[in-house]
Amino acid sequence: MSEIQPPDLGAHVDAAAALIGLPIAPAHRPGVILYMGVIATAAALVMEFPLPEEVEPAPIFAPEGAGP
Amino acid sequence: MSAFDYAAADGLALVEAVRARRASARDVCEAALARIAARDGAINAFTRVLTTQARADAQRVDATIAAGRDPGPLAGMPFAVKNLFDVAGVTTLAGSKINATRGPATHDAVTVAAMRRAGALLVGALNMDEYAYGFTTENSHYGPTRNPHDPTRVAGGSSGGSGAAVGAGLVPVALASDTNGSIRVPAALCGVFGLKPTYGRLSRTGSALFAGSLDHVGPIGRSVRDVAAAYDVMQGPDRRDPTCAGRPVEACRPRLGEGIDGLRIAVLDGHFGKGAEPDALAAVARVAAALGASRRATIPEALRARAAAMVITAAEGAALHLDDLRTQAEDFDPLTRDRFLAGALVPTAWYLQAQRFRSWYRTQVAALFREVDVLLAPTTPCPAPRIGQERMVLDGVEVMTRPNLGIFTQPLSLIGLPVLSVPVTGRGLLPLGVQVIAAPFQEAQVLRVGALLEARGVAVPAIAPTIRP
Repeated sequence: MSEIQPPDLGAHVDAAAALIGLPIAPAHRPGVILYMGVIATAAALVMEFPLPEEVEPAPIFAPEGAGP
Repeated sequence: MSAFDYAAADGLALVEAVRARRASARDVCEAALARIAARDGAINAFTRVLTTQARADAQRVDATIAAGRDPGPLAGMPFAVKNLFDVAGVTTLAGSKINATRGPATHDAVTVAAMRRAGALLVGALNMDEYAYGFTTENSHYGPTRNPHDPTRVAGGSSGGSGAAVGAGLVPVALASDTNGSIRVPAALCGVFGLKPTYGRLSRTGSALFAGSLDHVGPIGRSVRDVAAAYDVMQGPDRRDPTCAGRPVEACRPRLGEGIDGLRIAVLDGHFGKGAEPDALAAVARVAAALGASRRATIPEALRARAAAMVITAAEGAALHLDDLRTQAEDFDPLTRDRFLAGALVPTAWYLQAQRFRSWYRTQVAALFREVDVLLAPTTPCPAPRIGQERMVLDGVEVMTRPNLGIFTQPLSLIGLPVLSVPVTGRGLLPLGVQVIAAPFQEAQVLRVGALLEARGVAVPAIAPTIRP
């Protein structure tokens, strides 16, 4: 029986950080992976929840912008 | 005998003494400065005491009164601000070392200016978690702010300086900000009132952002009327803040005595009725009993709402500080750095789905508010943890201390509901808070409920008589 493998958070951290040009010092990497895992756990709760297609993201763009 | 007792008076009692010329603003200002000098060393609430400015503010109030003009509704009320609010001439630290190298602000934040125009006396800037990313104010750069009721414990956060300054009786009112609970958590742990208004109700112009789509500002105070008075003078539209609602001022202070007749009040169950120490739930039950509230109500998917708030906060907070994370990650507080770095790597799909979930969730809660007007829930799941405490046990489960202080506040700020945290003393010596929650822009309802609870002696501010070292 195959099991779903947990995502390789270290690989994501390394690749995504390289993509956006964010250096992660070796001393910080374990902590970053730890918190990436915390965020991933929260995100999983959000991503698994089915939403109707018509639901738009909450922030509203104001075409007239903010005034002076 | 002095015309006022600074240790016992709320802010408006001081204002009444000044406006009636029983005391001068100068006298009140000196009392505040003396109390800060005597007591702040034990709690580390202030990062800067603005002695010169405070005396200048007081002199202006006294001169206005002497000239026979109206000195404003907050004349002579000392206040201090979380150090993410701009104060002209002062560097806005936002709890960071990085910002300390930047120049001073050129203008007061809109809310700070409103308080001063109303006659309040700005006495200083207050400690916080770095860039507001925390619930405990264990700031590594400026030291932890200590709980005035037990200095071995945290004051809560991220507006810990604001909560502690009021709970120690240093100032009657402090300005704070709340993205996930940062007004309500320190207010609860320090035993005072904290109002997180509706998202967009108060201008954030001149206050440093953390996660813009969730950031609110509001007052912490030692009485409901102090909180209402400060909230009232800070209301009003501001086109410079794109989220600021273009609504007219709806004064709450005149409505505090209206009572709760006609308000349908319910206790939140589900997510809000578990995962807490029995004392925290008992505090809610005490408040509900005092209000005669026997209804129960459920907010669906509150745990998922908290998760969405975590994702949005991580992504937006990191985006705001990305340049500094690239070039000077070493200069961040170790308690925030790794979280900010991780937030920069959040996939867009997660962020956008969290924002879509937020829309859906808002609709569900709006439906609930057709059945009830006011909801009750614990503010925190426990009283103040010890400084440095990494883990705690809630409902028999061991969890990380710091993030879990926000489990009951995050699902409410995610959709910008107005919430007043009222102080309730637990069975122990440490205070707890109960959240009084209403539909968007119904601040008057939560303040009316708070005023009634205060009048009935159920919501009692805990102002530390002494601070044990």
